[in-house]
Amino acid sequence: MSHGFYIALSYGISALIVALLIAWVWWDGRARRRELAELEGSGIRRRSTATPKDNAA
Amino acid sequence: MTESLAITRFSDLANPTRFLSLAGRIIPWLAGLTLCLFAIGLYLSFTTEGDYQQGETVRIMYVHVPAAWLSMMCYTVMALSAIGTLVWRHPLADVSHKAAAPLGAAFTLIALATGSLWGKPMWGTWWVWDARLTSVFVLFLMYLGLIALNRAMDDPSKAARLSAVLILVGFVNIPIIKFSVEWWNTLHQPASVVRLDGPTIDPEFLIPLLVMAVAFTFLFFTLHLMAMRNEIWRRRVGAQRRMAARMAGRGT
Repeated sequence: MSHGFYIALSYGISALIVALLIAWVWWDGRARRRELAELEGSGIRRRSTATPKDNAA
Repeated sequence: MTESLAITRFSDLANPTRFLSLAGRIIPWLAGLTLCLFAIGLYLSFTTEGDYQQGETVRIMYVHVPAAWLSMMCYTVMALSAIGTLVWRHPLADVSHKAAAPLGAAFTLIALATGSLWGKPMWGTWWVWDARLTSVFVLFLMYLGLIALNRAMDDPSKAARLSAVLILVGFVNIPIIKFSVEWWNTLHQPASVVRLDGPTIDPEFLIPLLVMAVAFTFLFFTLHLMAMRNEIWRRRVGAQRRMAARMAGRGT
C-alpha cells in the first residue's frame, strides 16, 4: 500500500470521528431543548423561573 | 474587597443559568474561530514539505499529535473538575467532567487509530504493546469506564462523586503516558516538541503542528461548552419530569 493510503485513511478516520462527535453533541442539544419546550408548553416550569423575582433577573 | 468581588463574580459565572447565557454567547465565536484555525491548519498540513526520512507520511503527525495532546488535556480538565466536585461540591464541576468524558474518548480513539496508521509504514507494524501505546490504550478504556459509570447510575450527584474519585485515581496514568518514552525503552519516539531544552522539530513541521494543535484545542472547548449546556438541560428535563410526576401523584 502507498503512503498516500495511510495519510488519506488517517485524515478520513479523524474527520469521521470529529463529524460524528459534532453531530452527536448538536443532536443531543436539540433533543434536550425540544423536551424542555414540551414540558414548559404543558405548564411544567422550574420553580426558579416561576417566581417573578427570578424572572426579572 | 477586590478579592470578595472576584469571588462573587466567579460564583455568578458558576451559576448554571448564567453559565447557559454565557455559553450561548461564546459558542458561536468559538466555533467560528475553530473553523478558521482548521482551514489554516489543514492548508499548511498539505502545502508544507515532506520529511526527508518519513516522506509524505509526516502529514499524519498533524492530526495524530494534537489528538494525543487533547486526550491528555481532556483528562486533566476532568481531574480539575473532579476536585471541584469533591472539594466544593459544585454542580457545574459534575457537569464538566461528565460532559468531557465522551470527548476525551473520541480524541483518544483518533490518536490510537492515526498512530496505528502512521506506525505501519514507519515501524512495519500496526501495534506493539510498548509503554506509550499501552498507557494510551488504558486511558481510552478509562474514558469508556467513566462514560459507562455515569450512564449506569440514576442519581447524577452520586455518580459525579464516584466518577470524581475514579478520575483522580486514574490521573496517575497521565504522567505515565507523558514520561513512558523516557522511563522505558519504547518503539514510540521520545518527545520532540514539549521539552525542557525546546522543540527539536524543524519549523517547517512545527508551525502546521502548532496551528492544528490550537484548532483541536478550540474544537474541544467548543464541544465541551456545548456538551455541558446539554447536560444542564438534561438535568432540568429530569427535574421537571419529577415535578410533573409529583403533581400528577397529588392530583390522583
